[in-house]
Amino acid sequence: MVKNNLKFEQLETASKKKKIIYRWILFLILGIFALYYITPLYVMIVTSLKSMEEIRTGNLFYLPKTINFDSWLEAWRGQLVNTTSGLKVDAGNVYLKNYFWNSVKMVVPAVAISTILGALNGYALTKWRFKYDNIIFLLFLFGTFIPYQAILLPMARTLGVLGLSNSITGLVVVHVIYGLCFTTLFCRNYYVSISDEIVRAARIDGAGFFKIFFKIMLPISLPILVVTVIWQFTQIWNDFLFGATFSFGEAAPIQVALNNMVLTSTSVKRYNVDMAAAIIAGIPTLIVYVLAGKYFIRGLTAGSVKG
Amino acid sequence: MATLKVNDINKNFGKTEVLKGINLNISDGDFLVLLGPSGCGKSTLLNTIAGLETANSGDILIDDYRVNDMEPSDRDIALVFQSYALYPAMTVRKNVTFGLEQRKTSKEKIEEALVNVSNLLKIDSLLERKPSQLSGGQRQRVAMGRALVRDPKIFLFDEPLSNLDAKLRVEMRREIKKLHQKLKTTIVYVTHDQTEAMSLGTSIAIMNHGIIQQCDSPKVIYDKPQNVFVADFIGSPSMNLIKGKIIEENNNLFFECDSSKNKSNIPLKNYKFVQNKNLKDKSVYFGIRPEHIYLSQNSDQSFEIKLKSELNEYIGHEQIITFNFNDQEILGKFSSSIDIPGNQEINLHFDLAQISLFDQKTEERI
Amino acid sequence: MIWLKRNLPKIVISPSCALLVWFVYGFILWTLYISFTKSKILPNYKFWGIDQYFRLWSMDRWHVSVSNLFIYTSLFLILCILIGIVLAILLDQKIRAEGFLRTIYLYPMALSFIVTGTAWKWILNPTLGIEKFFIDIGFENFTFDWLITPGMSIYTIVIAGVWQSSGFIMAIFLAGLRSVDDEIIKAAKIDGAGVVSIYTKIILPMMRPVFMSAVVILVHLAIKSYDLVIALTSGGPGTSSDMPAVFMTQFAFHRSEIGLASSSAIMMFLTVTAIVIPYLYSELKREDGKK
Repeated sequence: MVKNNLKFEQLETASKKKKIIYRWILFLILGIFALYYITPLYVMIVTSLKSMEEIRTGNLFYLPKTINFDSWLEAWRGQLVNTTSGLKVDAGNVYLKNYFWNSVKMVVPAVAISTILGALNGYALTKWRFKYDNIIFLLFLFGTFIPYQAILLPMARTLGVLGLSNSITGLVVVHVIYGLCFTTLFCRNYYVSISDEIVRAARIDGAGFFKIFFKIMLPISLPILVVTVIWQFTQIWNDFLFGATFSFGEAAPIQVALNNMVLTSTSVKRYNVDMAAAIIAGIPTLIVYVLAGKYFIRGLTAGSVKG
Repeated sequence: MATLKVNDINKNFGKTEVLKGINLNISDGDFLVLLGPSGCGKSTLLNTIAGLETANSGDILIDDYRVNDMEPSDRDIALVFQSYALYPAMTVRKNVTFGLEQRKTSKEKIEEALVNVSNLLKIDSLLERKPSQLSGGQRQRVAMGRALVRDPKIFLFDEPLSNLDAKLRVEMRREIKKLHQKLKTTIVYVTHDQTEAMSLGTSIAIMNHGIIQQCDSPKVIYDKPQNVFVADFIGSPSMNLIKGKIIEENNNLFFECDSSKNKSNIPLKNYKFVQNKNLKDKSVYFGIRPEHIYLSQNSDQSFEIKLKSELNEYIGHEQIITFNFNDQEILGKFSSSIDIPGNQEINLHFDLAQISLFDQKTEERI
Repeated sequence: MIWLKRNLPKIVISPSCALLVWFVYGFILWTLYISFTKSKILPNYKFWGIDQYFRLWSMDRWHVSVSNLFIYTSLFLILCILIGIVLAILLDQKIRAEGFLRTIYLYPMALSFIVTGTAWKWILNPTLGIEKFFIDIGFENFTFDWLITPGMSIYTIVIAGVWQSSGFIMAIFLAGLRSVDDEIIKAAKIDGAGVVSIYTKIILPMMRPVFMSAVVILVHLAIKSYDLVIALTSGGPGTSSDMPAVFMTQFAFHRSEIGLASSSAIMMFLTVTAIVIPYLYSELKREDGKK
């Protein structure tokens, strides 16, 4: 005999209705925040596609009447002016092309070197116990926290002494050194959670330090290598402090160029070009983020929550 | 205290059928154990009874009320989890009283219930500690305290002893049994450990692949397993299953072991068959537990046979000997005080009152 | 040969170690020493005492920097954590669009501070930005010129900074929320706790370690703020949105006062150390305790 309780049925439908209302409020709040985050990107894109006339008469959020990529071209290769020898790039204004490639030339070696060194370090610290290894780890860990202001001056002098002032090589050296702390930290935290027994078994089999690294550790390191590369790429591509302090003029990386472009105005402020330039400067890291977002997030949380 | 009826419950996770036509009838004060290997569906069934999962079809009735659509907190049940699931940020006191506070019970009643339960489970000295400061056994008792203090209709346990070390497990098992005897609560208990199941339950439901293989008292399950799975699952070491067939000789049925060497046929005249048709030439498993093989005549239904001993495993109070029965291995369990030499023909006695026969094809008891 | 093999790990790590010791700790010591000297354009290695620090703390501009840092850090911390927790809890509710929304909330972290600063500089532009938008839709007297108002420019940096970093805080809280054992939630449901109670009484109290991580990271980010300030306000108008990092660069490389700049750098270093060391210490103790 089954007794069904009417009161319970009524409670049920009431709570179902409540759940639906909560769900809608949830989506509303999430949607509002989504707008907050998306708006600047929207504004940047939209502004870069307008003409200065439109910008002055219209407002921030209007869509462009006609899509115009002129600002993008100008941001990239500069303004063309009529000279006696035909159309030439106006050398007075900053444009991004050369500095974009500076950044590329800087990022690739810096990321590669700091990542591989970080992996080696992390491996040495976790799979091979030796005296002081904990203290050494702490040195790296603390190194990720230091404000770079504390080393700017001596570094500037050292680069000068080494003849690396105002050069891409100099920037690579700087980024490798200070990136080491992060890459070592990431890789060490990853290797800590990999069973020691694999290494012990390999040692019994007669394999040495490097053989184990290349044949055993590296093949299973893909997740952390991806995270580390993405993190380093983002940090170094987005760097401004080192770029602005240790280089100027021709060897500057892209963020410095972007800032110069926005700050200087030989003639009239050209907001559409500024926006286009900002987008160009931001595209590489944005693409990496869109394609490999979850590794990016893993990098952020791996570095921080583990402390 | 209450009755629990499970009527024809089916549950799927996507395409996988996890519970198929489950029927149970648990009386007031019963201690039902859901026993089975990992993946058999026992935890899912428990969660469905608790209301943490919904069944695709079928009914769950607590005291004859259909509770399928009721929230877990409204079903008046309590659940002790495998990982204890204590609230890490609260003291033991708050952990235990949390449920009562959520139900807006009066402060005096809460305090009274807390004192009773703390004394009963001996956790009164732990009340101000946090879960991280407790040992495994202490956490387990707090988890039980949290369930007990609610005085629910039905207690559910989900493998509560699995995370304890062997010695503690045996102690806690006894504590749980004592509690049940004292409080006479209705309990549904999930485990994969058959010793636990046999010692704790008043009835055991053995599950495999989402189906209840047999639901009976421990004694019946031990003496008369309904199929090969149950026979093999219960008992340590498990029941010997010898391949052979039933033959008829002079109007009497015998078990003939597969193999040409030693044609010793075992008489089946006192065996209670389920039904008596089509038995001749049937391929069967002859089942006998290692503990029912003796070194001397034990009952008047004994069958004497000489077998060669091969391996001896000494486990303290007992020894397990592996014998060769026509090229099939069977195990015998004996007291370790007797000296049984290896690699020799030993005189053995099978207790025929304790055997089971299973159809080789269907694996059901015949 | 055997010596080489046995010490290989140490040998492998020593270059990095050496670089670290020299370029990080060695340099910090150098900066520290210079802060005790009279150095102007070039280093003067004669020990002078703590005069630079007296100079520093007697400068109005430094006081503005420090108070700005304080304002910025507090607001930055509170807003990022509030928004981060709220978004994390909302996203934890098993929504289909979770991955999509997470991407949107987090992408600002992928952008450089310069790009962020440039974008917000435009949005907060006094004549053509948000102000114009509100005027256009009817609020004729609306003004939003925080960017060029000395007292308010620091708050524009807060807006841009929170926009950039709150998604990250959401990500680590979401990871924390997800790490809560499912069985604890089930136990709470059986105990009769509603969704709100489950979050406020059970889950959030368990988030203390995540909370600590968030605070340390945000404070650290705030103290390092340089790029964002330069891009958004250049420290202006005037020096009203100055921050210690900007101050340091100004005096080190444009005003030829490396002694003074070093003292400001050491102040920043000490502040970060004061927060990070206790945090690291308690984290390591916790890990040891677990072993």
